[in-house]
Amino acid sequence: MTMTEKSLQVQEKKELQGRAESTRTVPVYVPAVDIFETTNDMTVMVDMPGVAEQSVSIDLNNDELTISGTMAEEAKTETMLLQEYQSGDYYRQFNVSRAIDRNQIEASISNGVLKIVLPKAEIAKPRKIDIKTT
Amino acid sequence: MVMIRYPRHFDVSFFRPVRELEEMRRRMDRLFDEVAGRHPFGALFSGVYPSLNLSEDGSNLYIRAELAGVKPEDLEISIERNTLDIRGERQAENVEGASYHRRERQTGRFHKAVTLPYEIDSERTVSELKNGVLTIVLPKAEAAKPKKIGIKTS
Repeated sequence: MTMTEKSLQVQEKKELQGRAESTRTVPVYVPAVDIFETTNDMTVMVDMPGVAEQSVSIDLNNDELTISGTMAEEAKTETMLLQEYQSGDYYRQFNVSRAIDRNQIEASISNGVLKIVLPKAEIAKPRKIDIKTT
Repeated sequence: MVMIRYPRHFDVSFFRPVRELEEMRRRMDRLFDEVAGRHPFGALFSGVYPSLNLSEDGSNLYIRAELAGVKPEDLEISIERNTLDIRGERQAENVEGASYHRRERQTGRFHKAVTLPYEIDSERTVSELKNGVLTIVLPKAEAAKPKKIGIKTS
């Protein structure tokens, strides 16, 4: 295994702008994502720390993929001494191609990272095109 | 002749004065912080990953950090006197033959030291990594706990 020597930097959380206002009093953030594609599927990885499995909603409407997560609000009796981050909800939308096999979409969450695997429909899988020589 | 004109958009249901004021105050605060070169969360902001929240109640200190994608086995927490050390690594997802459309999630190592404001009982310190959020509960040492002082009457 190769070790990554890079050290992590603080990424300031981006607050969501220009969507209908939330009725909750917590901020709504745009989560950081990775999207990658392999031959058979497209994978979306979303950082959603503080969001439990049951508070994530994933919605695919036509070609619009909407991901949202609600953080658990707990009544805290603690006094804050130092605050370097704020927690809140997450919301992000993507346009995905129509060539997704909608019935085979799978999602899982582990360590605060949501992983959505969108399998490509047969027609969208890459085909090698033979070049005929005469 | 006196004409009374009502503003066209006068609809009470759309006007939430408290909310508007709150929002304005937040923006002003942020603006001043930016001008002063400070982070919105105060002068103590360290700029070192991971961002931490430190809070307390009568018996414990609490440290929380958002560490999405960090596995418990890649995280190491230690305490030496009043310095708490958090180090670890967030590893990249290695997928054979993947081509990336977007790559915003950072990977790499981190190491952060925090000076605790009180003496704590390191033996009873516990930590938990749940849904990508690390919580460390540090019980205060007896000497650091708040005490009520009785007043004698004669």
